[in-house]
Amino acid sequence: MVSQAQANSGGILSWLDREHTVAKPGFSRWLVPPAALCVHLCIGQVYAFSVFNLPMTRLIGITESAPDDWKLTELGWIFSIAIVFLGLAAAFTGTWLDRVGPRKAMFTAALCFGGGFLISALGIYLHQLWLIYLGYGVIGGCGLGIGYISPVKTLITWFPDRPGMATGMAIMGFGGAALIASPLSVWLMQQFATPTHVGVTETFIALGLIYLFFMMMGAVIVRVPAPGWAPKGYVAPAQPKKLVTKNDVHVDQALKTPQFYLLWAVLCLNVTAGIGVLGQASAMSQEMFPGRITALAASGFVGLLSIFNMIGRFFWASTSDYIGRRNTYMIFFALGMALYAAVPWTGQTGNVILFVAFYCVIISMYGGGFATIPAYLKDIFGTRYVGAIHGRLLTAWSAAGVFGPVLVNYIREYQIDHGVAKANAYSVTMYIMAGLLLVGFLCNYFMHAVHARHHLKEQQATA
Amino acid sequence: MAKTATKASKPEDVSDANTIKLVLAWSFVGIPLIWGVYETLANAVLLFQ
Repeated sequence: MVSQAQANSGGILSWLDREHTVAKPGFSRWLVPPAALCVHLCIGQVYAFSVFNLPMTRLIGITESAPDDWKLTELGWIFSIAIVFLGLAAAFTGTWLDRVGPRKAMFTAALCFGGGFLISALGIYLHQLWLIYLGYGVIGGCGLGIGYISPVKTLITWFPDRPGMATGMAIMGFGGAALIASPLSVWLMQQFATPTHVGVTETFIALGLIYLFFMMMGAVIVRVPAPGWAPKGYVAPAQPKKLVTKNDVHVDQALKTPQFYLLWAVLCLNVTAGIGVLGQASAMSQEMFPGRITALAASGFVGLLSIFNMIGRFFWASTSDYIGRRNTYMIFFALGMALYAAVPWTGQTGNVILFVAFYCVIISMYGGGFATIPAYLKDIFGTRYVGAIHGRLLTAWSAAGVFGPVLVNYIREYQIDHGVAKANAYSVTMYIMAGLLLVGFLCNYFMHAVHARHHLKEQQATA
Repeated sequence: MAKTATKASKPEDVSDANTIKLVLAWSFVGIPLIWGVYETLANAVLLFQ
């Protein structure tokens, strides 16, 4: 009771409280996915942050970097800090979010993410890099983490019949956001640029306000279902599938189960394999096909991968509603292993079409891994604490964000240093990625239902 | 009764009053997304030229 009272805002902000977001009869649950997309289509902008890197190295010199301009290595930290705080915020605010509901969480995420842009704009204007680390990195990163997990539980509750599809739609937005943010940012910088000014400050202010408005719209639209609500005609299966529980596991208890760590490894290994090649896609395609894939064509390749990253999130998460989460991950790992192992062959035979096709499928499964995990958690641990558990599991993403690029970059460097031609320098990396996926396959194979001793007792569940 | 019968014939929980809200909400997120995909595909064509 105390925690609920603390969760209520009172006064002018009372519309944010959970009880004010309970849907009235007749509310369509299909309004909830666009509410979630309002948030995810904004926060996924983080994937497109690199479009600011070069302009931000010319803030003083304008046409080229001046000695006092920021270096790329210094600017690279902005993205890294944001991703670290994404993981931390998701891990530490999940329980709070479950208590206060999605509207207050989305509102907070909007203030953090939009506000982070505005603080960073001030940092650019004053040429104080620490303000950008604080604004976009720390505060914006918290907005990323809170925003990422805010709609997950709500969507699963609205769509008990298709939880994979529902969360897949939202998380698809995170993958697709860069497709909007990248051209929008470039266009805004062109509009604001003058011969004596690169236009980044104004672009940050414009983006901050646009994202604040867009995310607030999500907070306004979102609703939670009334207690006991179920879709018309929906009857929960009398005999649930082997891995789908009808019980709930408390977030703290979930951390004591082997299932949490198996799922952590499953997500981490799937993401490690994908994120490593995603970051190097442009360079890799040009080096594996020298003279055939130009820098311009390589940027087209990266764009194509972004589209498949987005489509895969919806496609695979929706498919998992029919074939089961474990089977979906079995496909990710088995098919992923075969495709990673076959990529060097496409380079040796010079088959660009197959190279592109293999990578599009690989990246679709990378996105699919993100989008299917909330429903997998719901199957294993129940719905009640799925938001908080999902938040803690996302630390696997932060870990993969370090492992993946390090593996790809260092192995490539090692190969080249030992006389391997650039075109062949990725072969060993691909085989190692296939090996990682084999480990992931085994972790997923050993997944089983949580023991009954971890389930919430009836009196705890109704408390 | 007639109103109830009409509602019952609609798929799931999509009532008439909700239709406009649904179109607006999905357009709000769909239009920027379609624009982004179009822009990206226009660049991706270079890969096959």
